[in-house]
Amino acid sequence: MTATPSDSEARAAYALRLGDDALIAAQRMGEWIAAAPQLEEDVALGNLALDLLGQARSLLTYAGQLEGAGRDEDAFGYFRDERDFVNAQVFELAHGDFGFTIARLLVTSAYQVELYTRLSSSTDDTLAAIAAKAVKEVDYHRDHATQWTLRLGDGTDESHRRMQAGLDAVWPYVDELFETDDLVQRLAADGVAIDPADLGEPTLAYVGSVLAEATLSRPDITVRHTGGRRGIHTEQMGYLLAEMQYVARSHPGATW
Amino acid sequence: MSESGSEPHDFTAAGGHGAVPTAGVPSAQAPVAAAQRDWPLWEVFVRARRGLSHVHAGSLHAPDAEMAVRNARDLYTRRQEGVSIWVVPAGDITASSPDEKDAFFDPAADKIYRHPTFYTVPEGVQHL
Repeated sequence: MTATPSDSEARAAYALRLGDDALIAAQRMGEWIAAAPQLEEDVALGNLALDLLGQARSLLTYAGQLEGAGRDEDAFGYFRDERDFVNAQVFELAHGDFGFTIARLLVTSAYQVELYTRLSSSTDDTLAAIAAKAVKEVDYHRDHATQWTLRLGDGTDESHRRMQAGLDAVWPYVDELFETDDLVQRLAADGVAIDPADLGEPTLAYVGSVLAEATLSRPDITVRHTGGRRGIHTEQMGYLLAEMQYVARSHPGATW
Repeated sequence: MSESGSEPHDFTAAGGHGAVPTAGVPSAQAPVAAAQRDWPLWEVFVRARRGLSHVHAGSLHAPDAEMAVRNARDLYTRRQEGVSIWVVPAGDITASSPDEKDAFFDPAADKIYRHPTFYTVPEGVQHL
């Protein structure tokens, strides 16, 4: 590692953003285990959650190494408070019904495919390796969401209604995924990070093509929610963290 | 299919356990959701690696063939069990009947000359 300290800090902050996105997405997806509409779908969603958790572990571990303060993946996951999490808000929203879950997965996985495809060429070898592994996983997540979007959107009146309602609920949180700032622009200039601003067009082009085939409409944006990258979260985030962190905080250092 | 439940029974390959009778068998179970009733059953065949045959791995429910392949991927190849998956509608499989077991299979029992036991297998030959 030849990085200057400030460069390491910036990389750590970037890895933390991606890691928090994956961790919170995994926690939400895991809530479907034993509650999915079908046994087969239960296993499928559980697999997706595990993929995301694996990505989170790699990214948070790397963030800890860059930070150099001795924090590991568990320290990041279990012993930070809400304001310290820097995931985009779309990942923390309650999983809702199956239509909402699929709508969110369609958008976020499409975003992650574009992100990790590009990030696999990062000048940061570790980020590149994590991305190269993750891109195959999120490619499957995107396929899963696409298959269900087509079937629900172009299915019955009820499935169409629920799928469209899910999209309408997700849409105000989509733009935050593509927000840029000084941190990512500086890292992107060095070839380390991918500027999220470059991901909006290809992500939405993919999602738009799926929606068109599924006879669904792209929602009109009336409000844009943002702030996750600065630690500002929705009401639902607190409940998620309470459930995710309760055991680790009640029994610090416990193992099995 | 016969509704009477009298002999001879109907058989089906459903369930992944070979031919099983479908009539005259207690089948009381809790009511299931509409979606579960509507999703047809698929038999899954997985090829472990190149050069081997597809082998029956089990069965699953799925709304259509494309989703059946994906469900099979998630259920039966999570631990790198396969490189290729086939799915077949369970109803499209015609199975031999247990009633025909004697006529079908027992006559082969004493034909040891059909086994390749009178040859020396060369060193290093696999999958024989």
